[in-house]
Amino acid sequence: MKNAHTLLVILLLSQVSFAQGNITGNMETVFQYLNEDSIINAKQPIQKGLLNSYMNVFYTQGNFKAGMRFESYLPRIQGYPNRFDGTGIGMRYVGYQNDFVDVTLGTFYEQFGSGLALRTYEDRNLGYDNLLDGMRIVLRPGKGVVVKGVYGTQRLSFQQGQIVHGAGLVRGTDAEWHLNEGLAILKDKKLDVVLGASFVSKFQEDDNPEWILPQNVASYGGRLKLTYGNFYADAEFIQKGQDPSSDNQYIYNNGHAAIFNLRYTKKGLGILLSGKSVDNMSFRSDRTKDLQDLLINFLPSLNKTHTYNLVATLYPYATQPMGEVAYQADVLYTFKKGTKLGGKYGTTLGLNFSTTYRPEQTLNGIDLNDSSRVVYHTRPFGLSDSLYWQDINFNITKKINKQWSGILSFYDIKINNDVVKVSDAQGIIHARIAVLEGTYKINTHHAVRWELQGMWVQKNAAGSNDKGNWATALVEYTISPGWFFSAMNQYNYGNADVSKRVNYPIITCGYIKDATRLTVSYGRQRAGLFCVGGVCRPVPANNGLMINLTHSF
Amino acid sequence: MKKLFLLLLAGTFSLTLLAQEGTAETTLNQKQVPSVKLVDMKGKAINTAELTANGPVIISFWATWCAPCKKELNTIHEVYDDWVAETGVTLVAIAIDDEKTKSQVPVYVNGKAWDYTVLMDPNWDFKRAMGVNNVPHTFLVDKNGFIVYSHNNYAPGDEEKLYQELLKLSEK
Repeated sequence: MKNAHTLLVILLLSQVSFAQGNITGNMETVFQYLNEDSIINAKQPIQKGLLNSYMNVFYTQGNFKAGMRFESYLPRIQGYPNRFDGTGIGMRYVGYQNDFVDVTLGTFYEQFGSGLALRTYEDRNLGYDNLLDGMRIVLRPGKGVVVKGVYGTQRLSFQQGQIVHGAGLVRGTDAEWHLNEGLAILKDKKLDVVLGASFVSKFQEDDNPEWILPQNVASYGGRLKLTYGNFYADAEFIQKGQDPSSDNQYIYNNGHAAIFNLRYTKKGLGILLSGKSVDNMSFRSDRTKDLQDLLINFLPSLNKTHTYNLVATLYPYATQPMGEVAYQADVLYTFKKGTKLGGKYGTTLGLNFSTTYRPEQTLNGIDLNDSSRVVYHTRPFGLSDSLYWQDINFNITKKINKQWSGILSFYDIKINNDVVKVSDAQGIIHARIAVLEGTYKINTHHAVRWELQGMWVQKNAAGSNDKGNWATALVEYTISPGWFFSAMNQYNYGNADVSKRVNYPIITCGYIKDATRLTVSYGRQRAGLFCVGGVCRPVPANNGLMINLTHSF
Repeated sequence: MKKLFLLLLAGTFSLTLLAQEGTAETTLNQKQVPSVKLVDMKGKAINTAELTANGPVIISFWATWCAPCKKELNTIHEVYDDWVAETGVTLVAIAIDDEKTKSQVPVYVNGKAWDYTVLMDPNWDFKRAMGVNNVPHTFLVDKNGFIVYSHNNYAPGDEEKLYQELLKLSEK
């Protein structure tokens, strides 16, 4: 009889596998073989070869869904966070969804509003993953209304092939209402309104012998989005309760984060003005953690994400969660085809300005051992004269004829390295960068693209210009749709230390077949900060072979 | 007990057959666009499984910080009116910009005068569900929601291949 039961189970399982659901997913594997290179201070790891891999598999059948990700670090590639090792399951969930309800048990990624209160997400390139493991429910009780509830613990790291969870518990709820979908009076009106509110609470036991710490800490706030014809405005404000942590040296101040965007757009023109104020807003599910560990919220930096190599990785800026006030203006304008400046195909001009200051804080003058430990007063958007960051940049994109097109860009960047610490230099680093890019289309399938980049770093009051001037040249040959070949060299010709005036040559070949992509590169890569969305990972200099395979299915 | 077992066995087989019959039109290798709820630039909710209601769709994952993505979408922009007239296709551009650069998406889209449907995927829910590793990644989806072609790169000329695949689809 026992055999009969086994048979039955097998038959039922085979039925499930025959009933065709929808399977999607993807994988990536990165292999590095690294050489010792004393000139750029690149070390050969004792294993010589390093391998990172992951594969996602998502299954849906009707309203049922399930998914998982296998991860493998044998060992992890260079520059990846040092708390990843082994092979195992790094994410897994089951769930059910229909038009009214969406329930997930297991791991999930979620964002409330603009993420100032809660955002769990992954970026596999950065090795960032703060997923929640627990339960999520999303309800859509009426047209345009979404109510969410989440409950769980966060992923801290992945060791010996298993998820390691953080110490604290995270609970949250969020509601959003798009009025125009629900209210007949607003239907098809020029005015479009979205309202939202969030509440997030974390629990962590007070095991601190010195202070009486709040075990439950809440953050909460609201948001508003308005569109009227070509005009758009949004704002969100989140307040956080007393949250003594190692980030803020266990002070009992409240925290806040506020963000607004004003925009005017029409065909051929976009204008954006944004502002942000952050104070004491590091919010983690373990108060003793630092860097990128166990963050519950997301505080984006308010500046453009640059893509050219020298601009993107030498002096990037990330939000200072303990406090900053930032503004940004962004304009994009396309001169129409057939006009004097537009030419035959139109010309696009982009302008961007961003600046960040330390907030103004009035010290209360209390002894730090005072019982209140509310150390200073501040107000939203109150700024001091201490500059953290400034970026003025523009670019012109022009297609000249069927063969030639190009982009000219210029950047003027100031970064306060005493605060941001992107290198060893002191004071403000002031860099100017110019980039000229051109593409020549030989025929339908063949094209050549090149970039010339120069970076000039000014000497500051302390007499330092960090690593000095740089030049980069890149050539890329593409054969559509399958192949590309590129060669790049970066030269630190202006380094004050003559022994560090080093060339960093690297060649890369790639083969792409539909959703599969294989790239092989060999050469030197300089140390830099690899950033996505304001989160950065320092990557050490290396020299060697790198093979990368990605596939989607 | 034995009878019950046989009954269950018969039931299982018939269910299996039914399940196969119900999806006879599809083959195992075909992938369907999963259902994820996204919002457009105004905040209006859109179910990604319903994108193909009006015919074939090109789904293109991009970001304001992705130079080849912008090159691809600007190149298609020049011929988009012809593609729409010939094949009835709609291009849906999925912006994977997170909160850092999300507010720049409409600035770019309007500054470039694109006529695409633009959806926001700031926490990468749809990107994950579609198995996208990195951008640009472009999918061609038939009117029944099945992915017939996808390409994870952009080099000048790739739009020709996409156009050929699109023509093949509209001839069917």
